[in-house]
Amino acid sequence: MLESSIRKKRQGKEILLMTHIVIGYPTFEDSFQIVKEMVEAGVDLMELQIPFSEPIADGPVILTANQKSLANGSTVQHCVDFAKQAVRSFDIPFLFMTYYNIPFKYGIRSFASMMSDIGLHGAIVPDLPPEEGEEYLQAMGEKNLAPIFIFTPNTSDERMKKIAACGNGFIYCVARKGVTGSETKFTSEFHDYLERCRNATTLPLALGFGVKDKADVDFLTGKVDIAVIGSETIRLVDQKGVKAVGDFVRGLR
Amino acid sequence: MDSRGYYNGFGGAFIPEILVSTFEELSKAFQEVKNDPGFWQEYKEIMSSYSCRPTPLTFAGNLTRHFGGARIYIKREDLNHTGAHKANNVMGQGLLVQRMGKRRVIAETGAGQHGVATATMAARFGFECTIYMGEVDVARQRPNVFWMERLGAKVVAVKDGTRILKDAINEAFRDWVTNMDTTHYVLGTACGPHPFPEMVTYFQSIIGKEARKQILSLEGKLPARIYACVGGGSNAMGIFSGFMDDPVELVGVEAGGKGLDSGQHASRLCSKDAGIGVAQGYKTYFLQDSDGQMKETHSIAAGLDYVGVSPILSHLKETGRVRFEAATDKEVVESLSLTIQKEGLIPALESSHAFARAYQEASGLSDKDIIIINQSGRGDKDIFTIADAFSDPGWKEFIIQKAEEYHA
Repeated sequence: MLESSIRKKRQGKEILLMTHIVIGYPTFEDSFQIVKEMVEAGVDLMELQIPFSEPIADGPVILTANQKSLANGSTVQHCVDFAKQAVRSFDIPFLFMTYYNIPFKYGIRSFASMMSDIGLHGAIVPDLPPEEGEEYLQAMGEKNLAPIFIFTPNTSDERMKKIAACGNGFIYCVARKGVTGSETKFTSEFHDYLERCRNATTLPLALGFGVKDKADVDFLTGKVDIAVIGSETIRLVDQKGVKAVGDFVRGLR
Repeated sequence: MDSRGYYNGFGGAFIPEILVSTFEELSKAFQEVKNDPGFWQEYKEIMSSYSCRPTPLTFAGNLTRHFGGARIYIKREDLNHTGAHKANNVMGQGLLVQRMGKRRVIAETGAGQHGVATATMAARFGFECTIYMGEVDVARQRPNVFWMERLGAKVVAVKDGTRILKDAINEAFRDWVTNMDTTHYVLGTACGPHPFPEMVTYFQSIIGKEARKQILSLEGKLPARIYACVGGGSNAMGIFSGFMDDPVELVGVEAGGKGLDSGQHASRLCSKDAGIGVAQGYKTYFLQDSDGQMKETHSIAAGLDYVGVSPILSHLKETGRVRFEAATDKEVVESLSLTIQKEGLIPALESSHAFARAYQEASGLSDKDIIIINQSGRGDKDIFTIADAFSDPGWKEFIIQKAEEYHA
């Protein structure tokens, strides 16, 4: 379902944009305003991150946003309500992004049912390799939700194929080693990696980690289906406020 | 245990994709050394020439008479180089790093013992070294920071989250996902993703192997009970593993902090405040809320102040093979005081948890029974913390005077 809606959107655009927010950061009201700005500026799909106290794959920007959201009293139920409202208000696919303990404590099956009930399209769980995800994969499959898995430059060709077989919707290709939010140099060596990703799956490819401006998006156009902008919009909100997000997104493509 | 490191449903490897190949490499290297009979010999040799192995098993005659029950023996891990059982793990992993051809090591530390041990190992093997330590722990364990820096390590004070051990672990992982090609993460305890729980237990099992041989040679029979403190669980796994198949009761003692009802403790296996969860790469009992967010923990002993616990110990709790108890900060300080006065031994605050529980139970046993307490580390290097715990007036005066000297 997510895959076909991505393919449909791609017919009209050379590259799609996926953005990310940490729910409840800086506040729930601001989060909603950021989603609105992003959607109105033409974002094609969005990751809504449910904050977690131990976000080991995230760099300082998203880490701080997770902590501040939790310090403001965000609960999982608040985040579910937020997602429900976002899905009702805006006509783009939304995904949850979170760490495995959140769905695990919620109950994997209940979590998938809840996602399906409120109309989310899938989830990214960066600390859940497919080998640990048997119950999750089954629950997501039953509800027609897309479990988004990750390729990295360290992933072998053989493993990419194995991961792609478990994934759905699209594959999230991490541009480099490291955590979210640091700079990525998009050099020619990078082509080999993208080619390996392309050869391993027929699913659409999203590319994230370090994508921050129009030059990066231009570079990725024609190479992947989706450019992912994560930490950069949080940085922007921190520095220039919620209102700056719309113009930033419009300037990316 | 299966190939992904599960113990009765606990453990596993919940790792970001970027680290999967690094863990494959580590698991392979560890399997190779485990199957190489020469490796354990090499390990034993370095532990006897560089550290102080085998460490003695000391009969505590005065304490035995004081309680009038079981005969009390103390396994002296405090006599390791750098003053704690941590040396066993770091030297083992150091040999492994050499075999893997990596040149840099990173580690987390709570009390600073594992950090100092890792920095020592790095100096000895010629590795570059970075230690992550929560800002709160940096403040309460400043002398260890001094030694780590003298040993050539870079010490990074972690300012995120609760600024203690778990946050230092997160930060070490963030370094590792960037630098895995050159760097090995020397995890300090029997926690984290597979193969760490198994690997750290393997290196620490030298404690239990020695203790079993020593007690049989001294007394001609096995002990009734063994007591060990449990933070992440590596010293406990180390001594317990030598007696797993024997009719010996194994007692793990967690940090009771200000009491199990206070909410300010670090008891994962004997309080109602913990539940099964997945964080920091493995599944175990965590002190977490109903959403799955980790809670703040408290212990007088920085080394026990941790939200998770070895998945192997969670498994041994479920099977009933190990009994878990908690000792409060107050009980710990009293037991430490008694141990110093009666035996002239100075256990670390962490280790004093095991002593506290053993003292509560010793008089209920007969004089035919033997108990062993694992003194996982020595307390004299924690003089700032222990002097604070005793609220020692002479020490305070000295510190004030010293501060004035620096101001002058």
